[in-house]
Amino acid sequence: MNAAALHHRNRKVGLIFLGVAGAMLGLGFASVPLYRIFCQVTGFNGTTQRVSAAEASKVSAAGKVISVRFDGNVAPDVPWTFHPERSTDRIQLGERDLAFFVAKNNSDKPVTGTATFNVEPEQTGQYFNKIQCFCFTEQTLQPGEEVRMPVLFYVDPKIAEDENAKDVEQITLSYTFHKAEDSPS
Amino acid sequence: MATTAETFQGHAESHDHAHDHDHKPGFFARWFMSTNHKDIGTLYLIFAIFAGVVGGAISGIMRAELAAPGIQYLQWWTSFLGGNGADFNESLHLWNVLITAHGLIMVFFLVMPAVIGGFGNWFVPIMIGAPDMAFPRMNNISFWLTVAGFCSLMMSAFVPGGTGNGAGIGWTAYAPLSTYGSQGPAVDFAIFSLHLAGAASIMGAINFITTIFNMRAPGMTLHKMPLFVWSVLVTAFLLLLSLPVLAAAITMLITDRNFGTTFFDPAGGGDPVLYQHLFWFFGHPEVYIMILPGFGIISQIVATFSKKPVFGYLGMAYAMVAIGVVGFIVWAHHMYTTGLDVNTKMYFTAATMVIAVPTGVKIFSWIATMWGGSLEFKSPMVWALGFIFLFTVGGVTGVVLANGGVDDNLHDTYYVVAHFHYVLSLGAVTALFAGFYYWFPKMSGRMYSEVLSHIHFWVFFVGVNLIFFPMHFLGLQGMPRRYPDYAAAFTQWNEVATFGYKIMAVSVLLFFVNVIYAFVAGKKAEGNYWGEGATTLEWTLSSPPPFHQFETLPVIEDAPAH
Repeated sequence: MNAAALHHRNRKVGLIFLGVAGAMLGLGFASVPLYRIFCQVTGFNGTTQRVSAAEASKVSAAGKVISVRFDGNVAPDVPWTFHPERSTDRIQLGERDLAFFVAKNNSDKPVTGTATFNVEPEQTGQYFNKIQCFCFTEQTLQPGEEVRMPVLFYVDPKIAEDENAKDVEQITLSYTFHKAEDSPS
Repeated sequence: MATTAETFQGHAESHDHAHDHDHKPGFFARWFMSTNHKDIGTLYLIFAIFAGVVGGAISGIMRAELAAPGIQYLQWWTSFLGGNGADFNESLHLWNVLITAHGLIMVFFLVMPAVIGGFGNWFVPIMIGAPDMAFPRMNNISFWLTVAGFCSLMMSAFVPGGTGNGAGIGWTAYAPLSTYGSQGPAVDFAIFSLHLAGAASIMGAINFITTIFNMRAPGMTLHKMPLFVWSVLVTAFLLLLSLPVLAAAITMLITDRNFGTTFFDPAGGGDPVLYQHLFWFFGHPEVYIMILPGFGIISQIVATFSKKPVFGYLGMAYAMVAIGVVGFIVWAHHMYTTGLDVNTKMYFTAATMVIAVPTGVKIFSWIATMWGGSLEFKSPMVWALGFIFLFTVGGVTGVVLANGGVDDNLHDTYYVVAHFHYVLSLGAVTALFAGFYYWFPKMSGRMYSEVLSHIHFWVFFVGVNLIFFPMHFLGLQGMPRRYPDYAAAFTQWNEVATFGYKIMAVSVLLFFVNVIYAFVAGKKAEGNYWGEGATTLEWTLSSPPPFHQFETLPVIEDAPAH
């Protein structure tokens, strides 16, 4: 092979593998939305599920009673107190439960917060269905304002058929309030 | 593997004469603007040795601090490096800076530049009968970007990084410690250093792949390539597929730190665990990137000093391919304690253990190569045997740690530290020394002292085992990683480890004495100073090889034995 042909071929192969590297770089960034979808679909990392009221009405209470613990906390830069009204509810699988969390803005400025959430043990995430939740939207509290925030949920009876989750007696539902992006600091 | 030298010998002699009149460029142009693969390889080796001394010195500070419970030296070092030693937290921050720097330097600026940039650049083109790399100028950029990356990392130690100066984020740079957990420019410098080193390695990988695919001499088919070339080819693919993912992850760290994104910040809907997935998707192939070229070097050496072709050549080559492929689907075994469910853990446990199969193929093939061979225990062979032993010990503890249930208990203990130092510090570095003693006369034209290199081996072997073997006990007893202090109960084994460090340091001195000896008083090396066992193409050339080799391409014929 002469030098010019080799040069041409080197350039071609080099560009192909530069393309491969570029594709992997793209895949690295694409993993962010892919990971989010993966967690939402599989309940990975204790990501809870969101269902419509219509869908929820098809499920009826059946099976054993488990307890659901509630936990509420705030990020260090959020000047709120935030805690559940009751620490534990005992519910039957498939039974709808309405729990309240109380948040109070202790500062003299309005603060908008958004709540992140997950459940422990993590393998129960895919069975933990929320119909309504204050965490679906941002919450704004005026100075000194105190509100009760509801979450309406049930635990899917299918959990009893999952080898990894059927022994679970207690699920902890935890919320953390963070300052919303556009909130003044 | 019998691409034989004999068929080519006559060719090479006449060749060398033509190059006596070789015109080498002046000093500055030759070493700073080099496009010659051998010169760039030399630069990489010198750089790697320098970086290795820096990284080794840092581990010396750490071993001194860990010699006894309590904080002894960190405050002095904090003041020495321009910080406020009176601030206890700042001194503890220095510890994090030291472990971060040690890890990053040893991975990115010692092992990778030495095995891939150094030996790879030097011997891949020669072993496949090519005149140079496919992209000689890109080769030069790769080297200088690596140096720039090292400088960026060094600079990070002198700017604020949160509690004190320097980036104290661990080599893994987990968010949120590396995002809002460490204010100040030090972490940005450290991350930028990874960008530079990563870009350099990606370019190097493209260069190696193109060279190996396009520039093999006539008759040098893929299945006749020496195993070292195979190992670099597989390594280049691992680099190409894994490093861009790291680049994406650390770019997201940079934007999270500086531009208000929340890729890894739950406050904005991100997830810090995603960073760990991305990091280890790179990080696990990275450990094979460090060890595979070592496998290649050891294969060459064992075959040379057994005076027979390596046992199961194809099995050896495809074992490396298998290790590379499976290496991409086991990453979460670094993350067993992040709350993976049982099924995920079972998968990653099983997949990880599968890697022991191709690795076992390699270990047993080396032994089978020696079996019935005409063994000669020259210093590279002794180092290679040391490698096989030490790497096997590290591999066995790797199988222990692969178990999700066991790892829950041992995660982030000194057992893990012992494991990865056995495969890297004792494995990869031993392979480096083996390769160095195997090829140094070829590269420099001077023989070193054989006696001194044997002494170097034994002192090093005793030293590193004293450092790292007791760490298995410490880890099993629950001593956690990444702390400058420990409970008094752990004192005894830590004393042993620190004593081992001193022995190891002496062995490094012996190494330098040996190199100086070679240049000052070493005998001139012949073209093939290892004799009949050394059959790859570099042994057909003079020592050192001509500035430009193979202007007439060698033709590789089937060896009679093949």
